[in-house]
Amino acid sequence: MLKLTDVVTHYGPIRVLKSVTLEVRVGEIVCLLGGNASGKSTTMKTILGVVRPTAGRIEFESQRIDRLPSESIVRRGIALVPEARRIFGRMTVWENLSMGAFTRQAAPPAELAQDFERVYALFPRLEERRQQLGGTLSGGEQQMLAIGRALMARPRLLLMDEPSMGLAPALVDQVFDIIQTINRQGTTVLVVEQNAAVALGIASRGYVLQNGRIVLHDTAAALLAADHIRRAYLGED
Amino acid sequence: MDVLQILPQQLVFGLALGTVYGLIALGYTMVYGILFMINFAHGEIFMIGAYVGWWVLTALLNAKLTGLHPVWVVPVMLVPAMLFAGLLGVCLERFAYRPLYLRGATRLGPLISAIGASIFLQNAVMLTQGARMKVYMTSLLFPRTWRVQVAGASVSALVLVMIGVAGLMMWGLHLLVQRTTLGRSIRAVAEDREMAAIMGVNVRRVIAVTFFLGSALGGAGGVLVGLYYTQIDFFMGYSAGLKAFTAAVLGGIGNIRGAMLGGLILGLVESLAVTFMNPAYKDVVAFAVLILTLVFKPTGLLGETVAEGEKV
Amino acid sequence: MTAPAGWQRWLAIVLGLAALVGPLVAPSDYWIGVMARICLYATLALGLNIVVGFAGLLDLGYVAFFGIGSYLYAFLASPHFGLHLPFFVAVPVIVVLTAFSGILIGAPTLRLRGDYLAIVTLGFGEITYLLLINLDRPINITGGPSGIIRIDPPALAGFVLTRNLEYHYLFLAALALTLVASARLRNSRIGWAWQAIREDELAARAMGINTTVAKLQAFAIGASFAGIGGSFLASWQHSVFPDNFLFTESINILAMVILGGMGNLLGVVLGATLLVALPEVFRDFQVYRLLVFGLMLMVLMVFRPQGLLAGEGRREEEPEPTPLVESEAGPGAPAGSG
Repeated sequence: MLKLTDVVTHYGPIRVLKSVTLEVRVGEIVCLLGGNASGKSTTMKTILGVVRPTAGRIEFESQRIDRLPSESIVRRGIALVPEARRIFGRMTVWENLSMGAFTRQAAPPAELAQDFERVYALFPRLEERRQQLGGTLSGGEQQMLAIGRALMARPRLLLMDEPSMGLAPALVDQVFDIIQTINRQGTTVLVVEQNAAVALGIASRGYVLQNGRIVLHDTAAALLAADHIRRAYLGED
Repeated sequence: MDVLQILPQQLVFGLALGTVYGLIALGYTMVYGILFMINFAHGEIFMIGAYVGWWVLTALLNAKLTGLHPVWVVPVMLVPAMLFAGLLGVCLERFAYRPLYLRGATRLGPLISAIGASIFLQNAVMLTQGARMKVYMTSLLFPRTWRVQVAGASVSALVLVMIGVAGLMMWGLHLLVQRTTLGRSIRAVAEDREMAAIMGVNVRRVIAVTFFLGSALGGAGGVLVGLYYTQIDFFMGYSAGLKAFTAAVLGGIGNIRGAMLGGLILGLVESLAVTFMNPAYKDVVAFAVLILTLVFKPTGLLGETVAEGEKV
Repeated sequence: MTAPAGWQRWLAIVLGLAALVGPLVAPSDYWIGVMARICLYATLALGLNIVVGFAGLLDLGYVAFFGIGSYLYAFLASPHFGLHLPFFVAVPVIVVLTAFSGILIGAPTLRLRGDYLAIVTLGFGEITYLLLINLDRPINITGGPSGIIRIDPPALAGFVLTRNLEYHYLFLAALALTLVASARLRNSRIGWAWQAIREDELAARAMGINTTVAKLQAFAIGASFAGIGGSFLASWQHSVFPDNFLFTESINILAMVILGGMGNLLGVVLGATLLVALPEVFRDFQVYRLLVFGLMLMVLMVFRPQGLLAGEGRREEEPEPTPLVESEAGPGAPAGSG
């Protein structure tokens, strides 16, 4: 579904992504692991067109997207749950979700109503707080909102950038349960994570990114098994 | 001069002045909210709106039509003024600002370009329209006998129309920004441009629309001011612009409700100050308010706390 | 600090020679006057360069100091208050007083950033103008709209300046001193502090630089240069009027600094030269002067924001941290700003 081939991305003179090749197939949950400064967020940004790759190709459903502006890429069915949530604090929960559905303005209201229902079903707390300003929500609630907002776009591929960051362990489990539910409901997921254990717990395959390069690629089970060896490896930058 | 006697009148006038300031202030605040730049040329857009309105009014009067009634003449003046002002704003953004902020230039670049645009527009109008002022023949449209008693003050119908029109437009903008998808996209871009783009918002288009709206409102303010003060010249944008900017800052720049509130307050304060002191220093009131606000509460009345050391 | 590049050195030599010899071969006294005016404005521009170019503080109200300096000279050396201090006594006094006014005006702006700083300084410039034009009642301090006239020309040991030629060399000498002072400042501890503040104020503070003092110093010293320029104007023109000190003059001087290249001393002088001389050369098109000026500012910012001779160390365009896609309109603004 999503294919990156030898993607290179620069920040000014610095080559952040040196060569990234990865693939996400329909229906999977794939995780991209790595420490700080490994290039995880840059990979996300490159996929989404926030940053243009210097070399390489990115294909989504067999069509090249690496030269397109963000709004076109997103309209093809990719949504992002960004690092640190980045919900619109000055808008209400409802408005945030509504913005999530921005690319679907042509859709009939009944469909949109369905999407709201689906999100509220996954996150009852959001329904309770739907007139509240995003900035007043707790960290966990904001994470839910960020996910819900992304779902409103009815993405076929959901990108998640470090969903566990800043959350208490119980919440992390909850979030990853929800990711699995979303996946079962038909959305392909690419999760970028520092927390290898929990990410590999739900993924089918995993890639390890280090210094802008994919250094490891295997099934989740294999990676987990090797994890007690890799933990130091993954843990260090 | 019995102060108490003229006080109600001054208050009503202050209210009218305030709504107009608010209208113009919205242009500054909307652009600042979305681009974090001060559109220094906004005062000139307001001035050009006034000229367009004058042009329409004079054309209508010269055509010697019968049945000239403000109820249709005023909208007929407003529409072209707002359209022209709006489009001018869009052009400014496209050619004088976008190349700069796309480059990620520091704050200096856009501000200086805006100052350049302001000077350019002032002189373009002066050269094409003449340096002498133009006169709005308002009395032909609003006979002086049309007055209304409001709370012990005798107020001209014109003032009420000003308040009405400005108020209506502000309310319309409020609805647009709060209730429509376009409004939400504007707010999203203002809050987090990158995320808005990731939601699929065409950021460049939203910025252009914001400029259009803010400039159109400024143009409307120009027509209203022209109607009231009757004299317009190519330089009027400068002081009106600074005052409207003060209003925007007072209310909390970037905050739409703030601009309206700031406008009202400034209008009232200025009108009251003129009652009690030497009118020659009227402009000093606005500057004093500006400086005091920026020094003591730079986020304005309705603004949020600005992070210390925020990169400009 | 960088030495001027090859061709810049030639430019400096050419300009220097022109300044020294030009008046002797000028076609008319009028043109000597123009040259004198160039020196005057170059001094002013160098003063603003300290505030804007070195310290990175966008001052849109610099004309206030110019006006204050001029009027102070008028107070000290004219029949207006009956004081007739000699030129070389008055000027140092004015330098100190304008420096003080620089601190007064700069103080409220210390916590403000970029745009706001610009607007507040603009406000102070306007207030100064309004005071100059209105403070003729109840007591006549400034002479109101008609200003102050019959101001004493500079005199030293009985020799009174009368010809443009003499004024030119006086101003040139002052300009030379100002240039040397600017260069010294730039390479001094204060200069480094200013550069640090210009690049990143927070980091500068973290390095232990007292940014408050440094900024006030910038304002004070910049203002004092304007004080000198103001004294020169008053004594040369023998009069001062409020309309000498409008906002457009602030922008004019700012344009000189930017056109040449902020922070670049030679550039500033070049900017002053161009912006004084070109309108004279194109006198016939005077009516279009401001139109072209406004256009020039826009074009300059879009196509060459670093000025003709790129300002040293200051890059108007910071290197983009992210190669942004066309649809992105610039770096995302920090959220939650007021």
